[in-house]
Amino acid sequence: MFSNPDILKFIFGRLSFESLPFHEPILIVTFAAVCLGGIGVVGLMTYFKLWGPFWRDWVCSVDHKKIGIMYIVLAIIMLFRGFADAIMMRVQQAIAFNGNEGYLNSHHYDQIFTAHGVIMIFFVAMPFVTGFMNYIVPLQIGARDVSFPFLNNFSFWMTTAGAIIIMISLFIGEFARTGWLAYPPLSGADYSPGVGVDYYIWGLQVAGVGTTLSGINLIATIVKMRAPGMSFMKMPIFTWTALCTNILIVASFPILTATLVLLSLDRYVGTNFFTNDLGGNPMMYVNLIWIWGHPEVYILILPVFGIFSEIVATFSGKRLFGYASMVYATCVIMILSYLVWLHHFFTMGSGASVNAFFGITTMIISIPTGAKMFNWLFTMYRGRIRYDVPMLWTVGFMVTFAIGGMTGVMLAVPPADFVLHNSLFLIAHFHNVIIGGVLFGLLAGVNYWFPKAFGFKLNQFWGKVSFWFWFVGFYFAFMPLYVLGLMGVTRRVSQFEDPSLQIWFIIAACGAGMIAIGIASFIIQIGVSVWKRDELRDETGDPWHGRTLEWSTSSPPPDYNFAFTPVVHDHDSWYDMKNRGYARPLQGFKPIHMPKNTGTGAILSGISVALAFGLIWYMWWLAALSFIAIIVVSIVHTFNYNRDYYIPADDVVAEENKRTELLARQV
Amino acid sequence: MSASKTETAENPQFYLEEDHHPENSTNLGFWLYLMSDCLIFAILFATYAVVGRNYAAGPSPADLFDLPLVALNTAMLLFSSITYGFAMLQMERGAKAETLFWLGVTGVFGLAFLGIELYEFSHLLHEGAGPQRSAFLSAFFTLVGTHGLHVTFGIIWLVTLMVQVSKHGLIPENRRRLMCLSMFWHFLDVIWIGVFSVVYLMGVLG
Repeated sequence: MFSNPDILKFIFGRLSFESLPFHEPILIVTFAAVCLGGIGVVGLMTYFKLWGPFWRDWVCSVDHKKIGIMYIVLAIIMLFRGFADAIMMRVQQAIAFNGNEGYLNSHHYDQIFTAHGVIMIFFVAMPFVTGFMNYIVPLQIGARDVSFPFLNNFSFWMTTAGAIIIMISLFIGEFARTGWLAYPPLSGADYSPGVGVDYYIWGLQVAGVGTTLSGINLIATIVKMRAPGMSFMKMPIFTWTALCTNILIVASFPILTATLVLLSLDRYVGTNFFTNDLGGNPMMYVNLIWIWGHPEVYILILPVFGIFSEIVATFSGKRLFGYASMVYATCVIMILSYLVWLHHFFTMGSGASVNAFFGITTMIISIPTGAKMFNWLFTMYRGRIRYDVPMLWTVGFMVTFAIGGMTGVMLAVPPADFVLHNSLFLIAHFHNVIIGGVLFGLLAGVNYWFPKAFGFKLNQFWGKVSFWFWFVGFYFAFMPLYVLGLMGVTRRVSQFEDPSLQIWFIIAACGAGMIAIGIASFIIQIGVSVWKRDELRDETGDPWHGRTLEWSTSSPPPDYNFAFTPVVHDHDSWYDMKNRGYARPLQGFKPIHMPKNTGTGAILSGISVALAFGLIWYMWWLAALSFIAIIVVSIVHTFNYNRDYYIPADDVVAEENKRTELLARQV
Repeated sequence: MSASKTETAENPQFYLEEDHHPENSTNLGFWLYLMSDCLIFAILFATYAVVGRNYAAGPSPADLFDLPLVALNTAMLLFSSITYGFAMLQMERGAKAETLFWLGVTGVFGLAFLGIELYEFSHLLHEGAGPQRSAFLSAFFTLVGTHGLHVTFGIIWLVTLMVQVSKHGLIPENRRRLMCLSMFWHFLDVIWIGVFSVVYLMGVLG
């Protein structure tokens, strides 16, 4: 039977032994390492009999806190992959001079820079941000879960499915060689006939379902589930930024979905949306993808602004300066982010008037952003500042982000952009705002909220080591790129002719090395903290003298978050409660209504991976079967009407008594 | 401190003693989903507006479209919206059998719509005016086809709900679901009015 090529082709589509990257020693070694690691994890989990609890308590969990933690774990795992790509590029560029081709051929190099961008944005920054919003928002608004707990679980697993699809491309076939936005006609069927772009498309489409649904979920949660008394202008600032972010998600990810559908129709059906002939218009793709792409930038940065606002107020021991202006600035940024997309392609030839319009709107965005910067500074002014690790990250952010913002305004000037477009100056700029802004904020958030999630603080020493290596490493890695960009070096180049450039690339590679130490210190920090958790234990639930509701409950919070729904009088509601003699209720507990766990989300996500794999490799039987399976599983799921249960009052009493004892020990 | 006591400045109330029931979020959530879906259609409309006249020396709307047939098709969908409305009225009355009857009628109209659309598509393909022929036809098939796919899923959902209503009756969960499908169905109607005006009317008459 196996000698019949037609049957083989039917079963495996275009998948064959040649698709496996035996000729790439780097990939073979990576594959071996991943396999060994995987076998190790599977072995340990089997040995300690963790599969059952893992499935019941995590995979099936609809608890927003567990889902939030899983999002962040996913992001950290993918950070390793994305950073491995980064360091490979830095090393390649540092040595590929004077006729030396380096150690990466251009076929491989092109995949690496594409994968780096895609992974860092979609599978590091996005899940990290979503994880925080999931974990913190319900706690900050005094809710027991999100509006649609099952949907939340489903969203997480779809995001993970997208990450899995991208990771499969490392070992089976190849990834796109088009850059992270896959512009046609390069990404069309004529110029990218392989599976790389298809991996890109289906990875993002599957993850995009999760992102959009989680956006809808969080908006509904924030609008409908706030504690009594919490009007919009009494919402904590992180919740405000989360609201604006999720509005951006719901109002932009469908655009990405539609655009990628059009691209896949071009590739699969032979339509002519973005082709060069028969009336297609590749420039339309560039417009569409950036109408999603620019709001995406603010989807990443806005929640991080929220994290910094919470941290600045807490560690300065003051109310946030200019709460209302912060809210308005966030909303203005949210709206303006839709009016600037064309600044990504001033050189495409839209004409002077159009370029001028988008140049001006871009510069206007720096006004609300600047207002935020001043609000943080004035919050610190005359505050009793405690330089714990979260605050270090915040100050580091303010310095670094200001530089990134200024180079951004430079790029917003169309004539300057004609010189700097597609150069390393641009690369330096957006890493300046994404690392110096988003990443610093996420790491600040990890240090800030870790004790809430796990009941013990993170080790200070290793946290500071991590911060300083990241901070200094960032400047070493990216300042040289500004210089190179001004000298006219373009992005995505794997070999260089001019030996005078090499020193800058070597400095940049050293910077990347420092960042590697920063990441390692972060992992050591977590390891050391887990090891010494008894010394770092926080039994109050409020280790930083916080101001918002998440600090009013125990660390980690019980499944139901709050035994009694809080009533809010101020945007710093926990600070207000502490000041005005809040007495924690000790009796009168009632049974609490909670949603039941379910495995449907994980199952649907698994089938989605199979569907994507079938579509990528033209295994049509697999695609068709998986598609039908998705519909059947979804319908079967709707026949289950028994979706919630009550935590008995006795359990609530037991849980709350434990906390009463812990609190009594404090005094 | 009790929730029943009146709140004063010295004695602020910081928590509720009785159960707190946040408002149901389903309608808002489903609306948000519909708006996200609406954006997908917005992109397809925008794409049609940009490349819809790029015929690439191929057929134009005036050559291809049969307005009376499309008008009949439009009538099918509009009738289905009305009958869905009747089903919702019966649901409000709590009349299960009548609700199921009108849902069934809605489904039949929906199927008629799909049937006519498929007939139109096959006719176009037969004439060599497939989605590969020109950017105009790519955009046409994608926009109209996406709408048709939505109607198909709407019918699958409708059948599922009919089974669930006949099994469990008009319980609150099923009423909520019928409400969501109602919004979805009327939404598709609104989109179709856009398709009919922009693609067919403006294509043939404009």
